[in-house]
Amino acid sequence: MKINGLDWNLAPLAEHIWRGEVTPDALPDLARAVKEEGGQLVALWGSDERHLAGQGSGCFAVHAAFITAGGLAWVSAALDAKQPAYPDLSATFPQAERMQRATYDLLGLTAEGAVDSRKWLRHKAWAADEFPLRKDFAASAGDPAPVDGYPFIRVEGEGVHEIPVGPIHAGTIEPGHFRFSIIGDRILKLEQRLGYTHQGVEKRFEGRDLATGAKLAGRVSGDSHSAFTWAYCMAVEQALGARVPERAQWLRGLFLEIERVANHLGDLGYLGNDVALSFGFMQFWRLKEDWLRLCRDLFGHRYLFDRIVPGGVAADLDDPGRRRLADLSHRIEGEVRELKAIYDEHATLQDRFANTGICKPALAARLGLTGLAGRASAQAWDARVQFPQAPYDRLEVNMATGRKGDVLARAEVRFAEVFESLRLIRAILDKLPNGDLAAPLPVADGVCQGLGWVEGWRGEILVAVRIAADGRLDRVHPHDPSWQNWPLLEIGVLGNIVPDFPLINKSFNLSYSGQDL
Amino acid sequence: MTTGILLQIAQTLAAILLAPLLMGWVNQCRAWLQGRSAPPITQPYRTLRKLFHKDAVIAHNASPLFRFAPYMVFACMALAAGLVPTIANDLPFSPAADAIALVGVFALARVFLALAAMDIGTSFGTLGARREMLVAFLAEPALLMVFFTASLISQSTELPTIVETLAHKEFVLYPSMAFAAVAFWMVSTAENARIPVDNPTTHLELTMIHEAMILEYSARHLALIEWAVALKLFTYSALGIALFLPWGIAPQGELNALPLAVLALVAKMAVGGAALSLLEAISAKVRLFRAPEFLGTAFLLGVLGMLIHFLLEV
Repeated sequence: MKINGLDWNLAPLAEHIWRGEVTPDALPDLARAVKEEGGQLVALWGSDERHLAGQGSGCFAVHAAFITAGGLAWVSAALDAKQPAYPDLSATFPQAERMQRATYDLLGLTAEGAVDSRKWLRHKAWAADEFPLRKDFAASAGDPAPVDGYPFIRVEGEGVHEIPVGPIHAGTIEPGHFRFSIIGDRILKLEQRLGYTHQGVEKRFEGRDLATGAKLAGRVSGDSHSAFTWAYCMAVEQALGARVPERAQWLRGLFLEIERVANHLGDLGYLGNDVALSFGFMQFWRLKEDWLRLCRDLFGHRYLFDRIVPGGVAADLDDPGRRRLADLSHRIEGEVRELKAIYDEHATLQDRFANTGICKPALAARLGLTGLAGRASAQAWDARVQFPQAPYDRLEVNMATGRKGDVLARAEVRFAEVFESLRLIRAILDKLPNGDLAAPLPVADGVCQGLGWVEGWRGEILVAVRIAADGRLDRVHPHDPSWQNWPLLEIGVLGNIVPDFPLINKSFNLSYSGQDL
Repeated sequence: MTTGILLQIAQTLAAILLAPLLMGWVNQCRAWLQGRSAPPITQPYRTLRKLFHKDAVIAHNASPLFRFAPYMVFACMALAAGLVPTIANDLPFSPAADAIALVGVFALARVFLALAAMDIGTSFGTLGARREMLVAFLAEPALLMVFFTASLISQSTELPTIVETLAHKEFVLYPSMAFAAVAFWMVSTAENARIPVDNPTTHLELTMIHEAMILEYSARHLALIEWAVALKLFTYSALGIALFLPWGIAPQGELNALPLAVLALVAKMAVGGAALSLLEAISAKVRLFRAPEFLGTAFLLGVLGMLIHFLLEV
């Protein structure tokens, strides 16, 4: 595949996915080539390769995944084992900044020339000179690491003051710290401090068998369970060269769309609740509850946990179930249309939504806003549309986009995606082929790698997997689109007032655990 | 005179004891309108009982003001409840304060709560206090305008005289009071921290006005504040009834009118509570900086009411 007219020696790994090796020094050039072509950086992570005999042994590696016109390019660069360093990419792709900081915290790989080198995921669980994702890291439950603080950026001047919010909030939501610098009620600067839900998921993957890995992948961020599990399974199947039965592929698509509808219904309710229109909240959540209960009845789990397994799926759908799902999707579509009319005609709600938390398309493009929030800011990327894998290659997904980039645009995209997903669900139910639910996985033949790429409800979800020669997991990196979108929230709230922050935040609804790992 | 004093005590106690019931009723109606099953109407009493049984957690750097404020707020609301005619008119306590002083009593409670919120120095307390003052300084003049319209009709700022004029003299339609009534409803939502100005049930710290001020309170202090909030809603409802629907309040010294007065009060409160929850169910909270516009409209309506009084009624 060529990027911006230049050949980077990328070989096809799977449909729409390309793989290549470059030298660390070539990374910035590659990044610029991707940028010039209109592409984006999706993920950046590192790995310890010192234990792998033969394969570029005795070194670390930094990996980057770029989305380009031709598909997804997964590029690796081998780094020196003594002083692992690579050139900074955040000058070209600002979204790389936090990923680079996390890569340093976890593996000690330095991004040379980066402006911001503060810690990111490390709080107090380990010391500054320890790197938990290195294979020789000794997990000691003993001494707590010394507290070394975190320097926030201060805004100075007359009348400016700070409000620290969180990590513990008044509602039952995930922990994150937000440092507002305000003047009156107007936000001058917002700085996020995340990492409070760091659970060492990536370390936990090491040495697990493939089935346990699927369960763990699905729990990286519970609201995107099916997306993460599917991406993980896709990576594993790609690495092992497994073929998934057609019926399983279609059921996976069904699960992903069910998950998308459930999340969008919940978020649309929350958006009403955040402007004190509890009526909307109750109605959307009633629909979501009906949806989840049907999932429990049909597939055995409200949120479809562990229904996707390596090699296929673990739940089937019979004809009566098909009818029930189709009936409910019709009913929900009708009710959501009614609720949308209420939202559309509610003057106060529209006043709160419109022009609040604007991310302009140019800014979104520069900072790499992705997924649902990106589509509301004219960033028209949707893997189901541009790079469809089975079953989406036979479904013709319509992309929902907006240009305004405000809360209203994000709500509109959600509404459009609910209707589109309900349509897709019925299309899948119509075309669902017969066949096996799962195929046995081939045994690993030496060290092998794969990359799964799924358009979850929040945005594109990537899972990179390396399986060791003994058939167990060696390195798994799950990537949530929240990595790219959290920094945009910092920018999107500027100039807004403090009491509008929760609404703006909810319109993005980003994952904490998905990026804290 | 003794009957008067007894009636006064009974009326004030009834207000204090029944205020949570009104809150429970409003919550119940709201739940029904949102399409969910409602908590029992006695839920506010249970909450109060729970809070009174808990141990108070108080910040180390809290000054005596912080501990004192809940009692002060509760006392202010109890006083206000005693001043407003609910069942019987012209009780012995009524001359103690007129409508303007009543606005002052509400303001006193608010000042103490705002000071207490700033006392412990958390950012949310200060934030809430600041916003409360923004809302209050716009709401109070509008409330005064409403009172002035009623006072111009009855030539007095004394609440009993206003009720006497409106309810017990010959029946006259006052167009000015229609404007005042709308203004009064708008001011009441702001003063009682209800939708569309504030949201009493939110858990989002950053959006709170009233709730942000009392975030640090717990146990008996919180119970007193919650009770005072219920009492304030009751008093405002009673005020609304006295000004705009005063028919049924027993005239001075007419004891045999009392049973009917009690029934009328319960009926009016029930309808008023249901109407409040209906308006809340269909409204969303306005953006904070729209609140001044909202209250500016209330003020304008209050002034219009006065003008119409001079144009049509003098």
